[in-house]
Amino acid sequence: MAYTIKLNGKTRTVDVEPDTPLLWALRDALDMRGTKFGCGIASCGACTVHIDGQAVRSCVTPISAVGGAEVSTIEGMSAHPVGAKVQAAWMEIDVPQCGYCQAGQIMSATALLSRNAAPTDADIDAAMRGNACRCATYTRIRAAIKRAAGLPTADTRA
Amino acid sequence: MLMDRSRRLLEDTPTDASRRAFLKASAITGGGMMLTLTLPLVAEAAVTYLGPEQTNLPQLNAFVRIAPDGIVTIMAKNPEIGQGIKTMLPMLIAEELDVDWKDVRVEQADNDPGRYGAQFAGGSFATPMNWDPLRRTGAAGRQMLVAAAAATWGCSAADCATEAGLVHHMPTGRKLQYGALAAKACSLPPPDLKTVALKDPKDYRIIGKATPGVDNPLIVTGQPLFGIDVKRPGMLYAVYQKAPVFGAKVGSANLDEIKALPGVRHAFVVEGGDDLSALLPGVAIVADSWWQAEKARRALKVVWADHPTARQSSAGFAAQAQALSGQPGQSVIRKDPEAEAAMAGAAKVVEAGYSYPFLAHAALEPMNCTVEITPGRVEIWAPTQNPDAGRQLVAKTLGINLPPSQGPFGPPLAGPPPKPAPGTPEILVHMTRCGGGFGRRLSNDYMVEAAWIAKQVGRPVKLVWDRTDDLQHDFYRPGGFHYFKGGLDAAGKLVALRDHFVTYGEDGKAASSADMSAAEFPARVVPVHYETSMMPLGVPTGPLRAPGSNALAFVYQSFLDELAHAAGKDPIEFQLALFGDPRELPAPPGGGGPFGPQPQFHTGRMRGVAKLVAETSGWGGKTALPPRTGMGFACYFSHLGYFAEVAKVHVAEDGTVTPQKVWIAADVGRQIINPFGAETQVQGACIDGIGAALGQAITIEGGRVVQTNFDNFPLIRIDKAPIVEVHWLITDNPPTGLGEPALPPAIPALCNAIFAATGKRVRSLPIDRNLLKV
Repeated sequence: MAYTIKLNGKTRTVDVEPDTPLLWALRDALDMRGTKFGCGIASCGACTVHIDGQAVRSCVTPISAVGGAEVSTIEGMSAHPVGAKVQAAWMEIDVPQCGYCQAGQIMSATALLSRNAAPTDADIDAAMRGNACRCATYTRIRAAIKRAAGLPTADTRA
Repeated sequence: MLMDRSRRLLEDTPTDASRRAFLKASAITGGGMMLTLTLPLVAEAAVTYLGPEQTNLPQLNAFVRIAPDGIVTIMAKNPEIGQGIKTMLPMLIAEELDVDWKDVRVEQADNDPGRYGAQFAGGSFATPMNWDPLRRTGAAGRQMLVAAAAATWGCSAADCATEAGLVHHMPTGRKLQYGALAAKACSLPPPDLKTVALKDPKDYRIIGKATPGVDNPLIVTGQPLFGIDVKRPGMLYAVYQKAPVFGAKVGSANLDEIKALPGVRHAFVVEGGDDLSALLPGVAIVADSWWQAEKARRALKVVWADHPTARQSSAGFAAQAQALSGQPGQSVIRKDPEAEAAMAGAAKVVEAGYSYPFLAHAALEPMNCTVEITPGRVEIWAPTQNPDAGRQLVAKTLGINLPPSQGPFGPPLAGPPPKPAPGTPEILVHMTRCGGGFGRRLSNDYMVEAAWIAKQVGRPVKLVWDRTDDLQHDFYRPGGFHYFKGGLDAAGKLVALRDHFVTYGEDGKAASSADMSAAEFPARVVPVHYETSMMPLGVPTGPLRAPGSNALAFVYQSFLDELAHAAGKDPIEFQLALFGDPRELPAPPGGGGPFGPQPQFHTGRMRGVAKLVAETSGWGGKTALPPRTGMGFACYFSHLGYFAEVAKVHVAEDGTVTPQKVWIAADVGRQIINPFGAETQVQGACIDGIGAALGQAITIEGGRVVQTNFDNFPLIRIDKAPIVEVHWLITDNPPTGLGEPALPPAIPALCNAIFAATGKRVRSLPIDRNLLKV
């Protein structure tokens, strides 16, 4: 079945079955492979995209539920005012180790900073705990979010 | 690009059979346009798996190409799994080649050990193995460029110097760029690597500088880069369902029903074999999209044949271990002659049993592989830590007669690998970036599955596992049981230690990564009696980040902490007393690894990091901590690195453990090559260990793994990750690797801190918060 969605500011049509997760419509049908598969049960956050600006797990979001909402993916972040800052901070702080989860981390961080320009450590914990990093780059994820927000990067938790 | 470049590289493989053939020049003359190289990094990645490479640049040696405009392309020889090797190894070449890092482009090499030497990610070996040869490779290139300039000017090379991609003629001040010299340099004989001049470390401009990962621009913009991102024309997508009981064969399956489902092109039974590290029996489903294949699998009904492993369980192993602990060990690992008498004469004897579970690797990128088979050629794209072993396994399974290779853990290659007989199909492995490895991708089971399926369907196939496949078909960190007895004299000095290690194995041979060395500390400083008993196991095991050490550090460093408390001693002082005078402890007989004799343990280096971490952590002031907050110490030597760690933890009254901070002191020699990568490896390894201790276990019931996904095999999250402060102790020793050695002591440091906070001793992992409740 054909679905027309708004993706990174463009209109795209994809012909897949209604229950196809947005993740697989993006990766296999639309050739947008930046969004990653990690668990399939909304547990790891690797597949995080934005739907109308909210961080959403695309692995459990059927294409049929997307409707006319604005979908943004990691490929669209360079054109996103907050996303571009987050990407720059990620490179400057040298966040990635393997890098596989980082698209999802950047999507969650961008959603956080878009609604909260100066997050506390507790805000960062709450917004980011849905995104697992198996390499445990959490020290630098925290610092990079603060850098993108223009805050001091020190970890103030203890 | 990868395919065509690889073909060219294979054709260019030098025929020189000498040991150093892969480092010799193999010039391709002609200036060549550099379309690929001048594209921005992001655009380059977009064509990674598609377009032809359009470059034919002067090639100084197997690792270096220089374009006319001075852009230097350096091959990254090893698999990148997140350890930063794709950045760090090219830094070594670039430094001695004497180029500006901003002019360097890094390209991932294909698997071609005849050209690049051993290519694998494991054991934190890359730094010690490549520190010297890759710097010499860069220096040899520099020397050839200088010689080319001297020939151009008709002067002596001794009158020339280099700086950041230029050769200077010192007497006249003339300058030539490397780009203008490259073609001529390639025509000159390569120098002897043993005698090339290396820089004085004080002149380093790249080594020692914090250098961001070379793939960061691709990662943060979501460009295709990982194995799971590979796409080939005409490709189909596969899933592969294996038996939950390891190795069980397919009895029957509803294949006709599956074949009728949307998008499904093929569904078939794979006979497979008995080797748990190779192609196992199962059912393959191949469809037009991965989701269609995965969805079809949900309708798959397989009747699996009976298998003896179905009688095994974690609970059964625990009971068996307990029973074995009451009997003498089946064999002796080490028995110092004075151990028995020393124990008998001890003023105080402490006894404790420790255990730890099986663990999965849970790399975030699920196992996957893409294979395209054409006449005379099997082409593989795989996120693998061990590509050459994968090539061998595919050859064996598909009946291709390749000459044997030593594999990464065999002895060093004496020359390029032997050539296959004429007419033998070529097997080529492209190493993609790996979304985590942790040892899982040293096994190539997923590669051989993809190859088998691709051969059956006659189309390119991408096999992608789901998370349940990954957690239920791993090569697990083996669980284990240690029954300790420690003897203290009247002054509180450790005089004897005994360990009955109950592990997995058969006929006196431990399962993979389930053994223990006769050198396990405190052997060699205290009389010990180490013995072992084994339980047969039908579950595959293998190395997990810091294999062996990731479990042994927990039990030994926890028990030494128990002994320190029993002796009324400060835990750091207690271990410093064990180290004694700075010296190298003698290697036990019969040891030794693939790259030389068993590594030595230098007590002075461990003493150095223990003292440093005591200072940086404020260990002396720990009595002033708030209630139910404690600090714990542990230290461990593994992968040639000396690590001492202090953890600070708070334990709530409901037993919730919050690791607050970890201080780490590390001695990995005289040079931190990339401070960015080095620090993040240490922080990540520490948090990784703590995450495993806080919540991870793989349990076996009825011969199958119970856990299915991250909801029941949890990964540590940002809110539980402590602050990790890293201090380097620089000593005049060769640089060693950092992928692993920070992990082992993190777990006992945490558990010892929990004891300090609560008075409760954690003797079994994962940490049971019920034990810690008020």
